[in-house]
This record gives sequence, structure tokens and C-alpha cells, in this order.
Amino acid sequence: MIAAPAPVNRLEKLKKRAFATPFDTVISILVLLFLAWLIWTAFDWGVLQAIWRAEDVALCQEAGAGACWSVIDARHRLILFGLYPYDEHWRSTLAALAIIGTVVLSCIPWFWAAKRLIPLWIIGFATYYLLMEGSLIGLNQVTTDKWGGLSLVLFLFSSVILLGMPMGLGLALMRRSRLPVLRLVASLLIDFVRSLPLLTTLFTAAVVVPILLPDWLQGDKIWRVIVAFALFFACYQAEVFRGGFQAIPAGQFESGKALGMGKWQILWLIVLPQVFRHALPATINMVVVTFKETAVVIIIGFFDLLASASAAFGTGEWVSYYMETYVFIAFIYWAFISSLGRYGEYLKDRMRQEEH
Amino acid sequence: MGRPDCGAAFFIEMGELMLGWRDFRQMTRREIALQLGVVILLVLVIWGAFTSARTNLNTMGLTSGFAFLERSTGWSYSFSLIERSIDDPYKKTLLIGFLNTLFVGFISMFFATILGFIIGTMRDSRNLALQVISSVYVQIFRNIPLILQIVFLYAILIHLPSPKQAHTIADVMYLSNRGIMVPVLTLPLAVVAGVAVGSVLIGAVCLKWVSGALKGIGIWLGGTLALTALAAALFTPEGAGLVSIPELKGLRFRGGLTLSVELVAMLIGIVLYGAAYVGEIVRGGLAEVSKGLVEAGESLGLGHLAIWWTIKVPMALRSIIPPLGNQWIFIMKATTIGVAIGFSDLFYIVSTSITQSGQTLELIAILMGGFLLVNFILAQLVNLLNARMALKGYGS
Repeated sequence: MIAAPAPVNRLEKLKKRAFATPFDTVISILVLLFLAWLIWTAFDWGVLQAIWRAEDVALCQEAGAGACWSVIDARHRLILFGLYPYDEHWRSTLAALAIIGTVVLSCIPWFWAAKRLIPLWIIGFATYYLLMEGSLIGLNQVTTDKWGGLSLVLFLFSSVILLGMPMGLGLALMRRSRLPVLRLVASLLIDFVRSLPLLTTLFTAAVVVPILLPDWLQGDKIWRVIVAFALFFACYQAEVFRGGFQAIPAGQFESGKALGMGKWQILWLIVLPQVFRHALPATINMVVVTFKETAVVIIIGFFDLLASASAAFGTGEWVSYYMETYVFIAFIYWAFISSLGRYGEYLKDRMRQEEH
Repeated sequence: MGRPDCGAAFFIEMGELMLGWRDFRQMTRREIALQLGVVILLVLVIWGAFTSARTNLNTMGLTSGFAFLERSTGWSYSFSLIERSIDDPYKKTLLIGFLNTLFVGFISMFFATILGFIIGTMRDSRNLALQVISSVYVQIFRNIPLILQIVFLYAILIHLPSPKQAHTIADVMYLSNRGIMVPVLTLPLAVVAGVAVGSVLIGAVCLKWVSGALKGIGIWLGGTLALTALAAALFTPEGAGLVSIPELKGLRFRGGLTLSVELVAMLIGIVLYGAAYVGEIVRGGLAEVSKGLVEAGESLGLGHLAIWWTIKVPMALRSIIPPLGNQWIFIMKATTIGVAIGFSDLFYIVSTSITQSGQTLELIAILMGGFLLVNFILAQLVNLLNARMALKGYGS
């Protein structure tokens, strides 16, 4: 295949890509006009005509007023921290930063080894838990039912990943095991959980499990829901790992055997590192999806970001500013999810280049 | 990817398992002991759950069993496709919830697929402006949780003006906080249901016997339109116009069709979100079509549109359909979010029934059974599509 001659400069390139034919030109202009209008309207509403400070809330009622960010100024603590005690918000902030730091560090290739990644997540998660709960490090105890807002979202997210990843690997190994009983149990579980909506699984954990378990085994509702969520994650992740296993040629196992390595040695030293590598893009995709899906926990009664946002405009003077509040939390979610997604795309591109 | 069927895979695995027993004699003692241990553990867990369920239910004073299905519910809910009242028995209410889930699911699947193809084609086009706007769309709608989008839409819709001050489009459509009123054919419900069934049948026939995606879709759409026209000609009630247009009478609207706020929020929310995903799937599929095929089309003098319809889409469909099937199943499951805004889908009906009747275990079993069934049906549909789209000489 002969490549078309590369366009000489940017202007020429733009001309080729947007104004090649009269039809293209018309479409390009219409679309650009629409985009310009959209951006201008949003900018005018959200910035130029917006009211920013809580004490200016009276101005929001005037004709021509744009976004009333006063609601965020006045209620951002409720939105971000939920019902967590006001004086302890610094703990919630630090705890959230610990999780964000853990996720950011996990994106650096230096950490992509079991001996670094596992301690990193355990330290990050323990930091979060100790700070939020408090009693173990001599702070005031705050029970999990008071946890809320962004910190709760990050807590659910990180505990689901931390629990679900080994569970997923275990299920994937069981599913490709030589032993029929293990294979059957894993297959049944994976296919069953994958057939059900997440909400059904979580609802079952919250409402049905207390009936099926004796009192002493039930634990907090939040832990039951986290375990169920982790199981859901694990069943999808097991399929991702399975794809990774399928990409490993049989020769890899055989050469391990030829070197006199044991079954587990081959798995741990030769196969799994390659499986993780192959499964990386799909795994990041699963992580992104999991972050997004945590938002459904509002339905089974947790005070997550969505619930605290509804509470923020739910009273008195703020009732009419639902739009501003939702835009605010939509932006928070968007920032987290799209940066994770961007990172996944970047990795995929990098791996594709390495292959060539 | 590439394994859309959760239902059928089940049976295949069972078969594989039977074959697996052949290796039994080759297993070491430790391996047999391990498996025996797993079986014993499972039996113990199930037995433990069973006994503790019995004691827990006894202390709560509940009787298990499905007898409650015959009792009347005594509560109302937001949306139903068929006649209902608060005296309906549980079984009918649950059926209505199931129908609502299927209704929202299939309509969302349909429109999300169409919109997704448009978005994906725009992402794949050479026009820079189209690429930019479609990627902005995907970036926004894919990266915000669906439940937030639906709750947001719902909030916007219930803050629309009351029916008296409703926004109107050309005096035939009205937007108000009571829902969206649109003109509708004045056909009895049974006829509408008949047309819907007929349309599905035409679709099935096209899928089975008509070759070529374009022709199939054309015949299906044409047949459905003809059927609708025929029904309108035959069954329009005496004295009524062909179309009923909503009109403000006093404080509420008469005539036309009222789409409730919950339904509209669900449909728009799921379609916009689903289309962003379908768009990415379609873009990926179109990008995989080899350049040589497109150049071959160009050298035959085909225009852009003809190349897209007759070369790119048919070739791309092979890689699009498996992930698209997964996306359809996702959309069906996403209807459970309706509970957040009070839309009476199966999940909403089941959770309300649980609070009202206390028959938790039975109702959860019904909920799970419903979704397993839907999954199974969709998996069959996707397999059928897959078999239809397979091209000769292109492996599988």
C-alpha cells in the first residue's frame, strides 16, 4: 500500500480534513457554529453571569442571573464529606488523598510488580481506614454509617478493587483448572453473577444475606455490600484474566517444565507476569467501570456523592439550585473517570507501539 | 470480549465437565481430596444457609412459599403498559414490572444502537469537525455515571412548568412537569400490540431469509410502516380522527399520549449513555475494515455513502455484533436504575413487594429468574445475528 503524500503544513492538513469538498465545508461550518454556541452558552451561564459566593444568594433570583454557585460555596462540605463530623473533615480529606495517591502511584510502571503493588495498596487502604475510623490511632471514633460523600465513593472503589482483584485471579485459575469440581464451581458462579445486574447483587447482600446467615456472621451492611461488589468485580475480572491466559502460547509452560520448574513456579514466575501484561488494558477498563458503578450504592441506602448532593439542595433556600449541584458532582465524577480512561488509552497505544 | 452468551455457554461448560470426569483416574489422591473438600464445604454452606433462613424466618413470623402471589398488593406505582389497579395480585404486578423492564430495555437498545451507529460513523469520518463533536459527546456521556445522568434528567423534567404553562412545539407536543404529551394514532391497545408483534415477526423473517443488512432493515421498516398504515385504515374507531392531538382542558391534558416524566428520563438517559458505548464499538469495527476494501470501492467509482453502506458496515458488523450484544445486555440490566427515580421496573416492583410483603427470598428468586431469562433471550438473539452476519471465507 502506498501512503498518500503527507500534507506539507498544518493549514493544508486542516483544509484537507475539514474543507475538502463543498459538502464537507458546509458540515464543518455548521458543526463549528453549533459547538461555538454550546461553549458560549455554557461559559455565559457558568462563568460570566454566575453568582459565586454564598452570601450573594439573593442575586441568584434576579433576571439574567446565570449559575448560582453559591449553593456549592455554602454546601460543599456536605457534598464532599456527607455526614462525617464537621471538625474531623481534615481526616476525610487526608484519607481521600491517600486513596487518590495510591491510584496515581499504581499508574507508574515502576510499581507494576507484585512485591511493590500489593504493599502499596495495602498501605494506602490502611491509611484510609485508620484515618477515617480513628479509634485505632487515638482519634475520635467515627463509625462507617457516618462516612459519606467523595470519601465513601473512594472507599468503596478501593476496597472493591483490593478485594476483587485476588478473587478474580482465584476464579480465573479455578476456571482453567484441570479439576472438574473447581471448574464447575467457578463457571457457575461467574456466569450467574455476570447475568445479574449489579444492583441485584448488592441488594441481595444488603437485604437477603441477613436472612441466610446467623447473626454472628452478618457483619456491617457496608462490608456485606463491599464483599458482594467485589464478587461482581471478580467475576468480570476473571474473564479478563482468562483472555490474558489465552494469549500465552503453550511453549511458555513447556519451557518452564523443561527447566524443571514446579507447577506453581511456572505460574508465578513465567505465566502470570505475561497474563497481567496482556490483560492490562481490559483491567483498567474494568477499574474505570467500577468507579462509575459505585454510584448505584445510593439505592441501597448509602450516603455517597449523589446522595449528599441531593441532600445539599434538598432544604430551604437551596431547593431551586439542583442544576448547579448536579453539574458540580458530575464534574467530579467526570474528572476521575476520564483521567483513568485517558490513562488506559495511553497505555493501550504504548503497548501497541511496543508490539511493532 | 466475544462471549456475549451467558446462557448457552452454561450448557457447553456442563458438557465439557462431563468429558472432564474421564481424567478422574489420572488425578492424584490430593487432587481428589481437594475436590471432595470443596463439595463438602459447599454442601455445608448451603445447609447452613437453609437452616439459618428457617430459624430467622420463624422468629420474624413469616411463612415461605409462593402463596403470596395470589394476594392483592394494595399499593400503586408509576408506570404500566396494561390496565392495572391497586387490587391486582402480586403475580400480575410483578408481570407488569417485568414488561416495563423489557419495554424500556428494548426501546433503549433500539435507539441507542441507531444513535451509536451515527456517533461511531462520525468518529470514523475524515471530517475533522464531525470527529471533534462526536468525540466530545462520547467523552461527556461515557464518563459520568448513568444513575447521575438519569437523576439529573429527572430533576430537569420535574422542574418543567405545570401543564397550564407547558412549553409547546408547534401546538401538537407539550412539555410539562407531568410528562411529555405527544400526538398518537387513535388505535385500541390490542391493535397496537398486534402491530408490534407483527413487526417483530417481519424482523424475524428478514433475519432468517433476507440476505444483506441494508435490504433486511429496509424490508423490516417498510413492512412495519405498511402494517401500521393498514391497522390505522381498518381499526380507527368511528367518529375519532386518525390522530389524537393533546389539548389542555382545565388543569390537565386530554387526548394524545402522555409519556410520564419517569419513563422519558429513563429512555433518554439510557439511550444517550448506551449510544456513547455503541459509538465506540462501531468506531472500532469500522476502523478494522481493511483499507484495501475501501480503495477497491473507490476504484469502482462508489460514493462515500455507498462505500459506507455496502462495504464498511457489512464488513464491520462481524466485529461489532459480539460487543454490541454485551452492550444490549448491559442496557437491559441498566433498567434497574429506574428505582432511583421511581420508575416501576422489575427491580422497583420486587423491592417494593419485599417491603410490603416480607417474602424476601421468593421475590429475590423471581428477580434473578427474570434477569436470567432476559439474558438467555438476548444471548439467543445475538447468536442468531452472529450466524447471519458471518461472511463466507472469513473464518468465524
